[in-house]
Amino acid sequence: MKIVISNSSKQPIYEQITYQIKEEIIKGLLTENTVLPSIRNLAKELGVSVITTKRAYEELEREGYIHTIPGKGTFVASQNIDDIKDKKNKMIEEDLIRIIEECKVFKISRDELIEMINILYE
Amino acid sequence: MENILEIKNLSKSYGNFKLDNIGFNIEKGYIMGFIGPNGAGKTTTIKLIMNLIKRNSGEIKVFGLDNINHEKEIKSRIGFVYDESNYYENLSVKDNAKLIADFYEKWSWTEFDRYINIFGLDKKQKIKELSKGMKTKFSLATALSHEAELLLMDEPTSGLDPVSRQEIINILQEYIEDGNKSVLFSTHIISDIEKMADYVTFINKGKIVFSEEKLKIEDEYRIVKGGLDILESISEEDFIQIKRNKYGFSGLTKDYHKFQNIYGSNIVVDKPNIEEIMLYMVGEKYE
Repeated sequence: MKIVISNSSKQPIYEQITYQIKEEIIKGLLTENTVLPSIRNLAKELGVSVITTKRAYEELEREGYIHTIPGKGTFVASQNIDDIKDKKNKMIEEDLIRIIEECKVFKISRDELIEMINILYE
Repeated sequence: MENILEIKNLSKSYGNFKLDNIGFNIEKGYIMGFIGPNGAGKTTTIKLIMNLIKRNSGEIKVFGLDNINHEKEIKSRIGFVYDESNYYENLSVKDNAKLIADFYEKWSWTEFDRYINIFGLDKKQKIKELSKGMKTKFSLATALSHEAELLLMDEPTSGLDPVSRQEIINILQEYIEDGNKSVLFSTHIISDIEKMADYVTFINKGKIVFSEEKLKIEDEYRIVKGGLDILESISEEDFIQIKRNKYGFSGLTKDYHKFQNIYGSNIVVDKPNIEEIMLYMVGEKYE
């Protein structure tokens, strides 16, 4: 598992952790039943507060990426193919929403954005 | 949730100062940062927990036990690091540690030596030859060498360089990793709070302003900024404090959604850090 924290990012640290673990699960790098580090161990390793990793895991658990068995640990939950496709779409949607908001700030029109995407997609 | 420390309705006054009916808890397994301006009551609170001064009223429970009735037991389970350490200046690090070790049933020389190594202290050096930072490290090494379950630290990082501060942060995170121990540390160095505190208690003029999970505090407050024209049309009651200059205003608030809905992109809504929140809260209103 790879997690890289940026301190200059606008994204809160717990979101960075959530996002990166999600990405690894969706990409299939973290497979079903893989044991994740405890929130306390992860906090120590990353040099962040326990409450931060706790929040990240809570979010992942709520969205069905991981599950915790009390006394045993935290594991990557089983993901069915449709779920994964949904989740991928949802992640891309979230990214797109950010981009669209930026575009609005910089007064870039919908057509201009679509044109940019067309060029870049090639 | 099990609390390692519980403070209820605690008051203490002397001279012009009054610690006014304060209360907060620390949950097992977490680090709490204790912040506030000089003279706000941080050291008084810590001394009251250690029963070094007598409270006027209120209740302090450590490990579920009253801190006065069970003073001896509690103190053997607390690691205490404070600013004005009393050591035998002419004795060496090792000899001072021997005197301290006698007080504790659970003292471990293996642990002590491990911390002395991590901190790069020389056991043969006399206390008076140590820098302020080295003394703090010695103090922390002794506090961590008798299986303490609660660490109370009054400004442990204040005299330290960034490298030593980071060493201490790492050690504290390792200390609470098993989930059975807690830390309360007062500080003026907000970056230490941002890095490692799970909870933040903010005291001002002898009163607790908030005692809350750090992420919740950061979620709750926003700084709203905009031009002076907007300031005319808003109610200043919605802000904890507003600061203005020639070209605009900025104000700390919890009701930022309201302003976002009304003013949209005409205002900027920033997420403040703990330091900014503190600065807005200690300033008088309408400065």
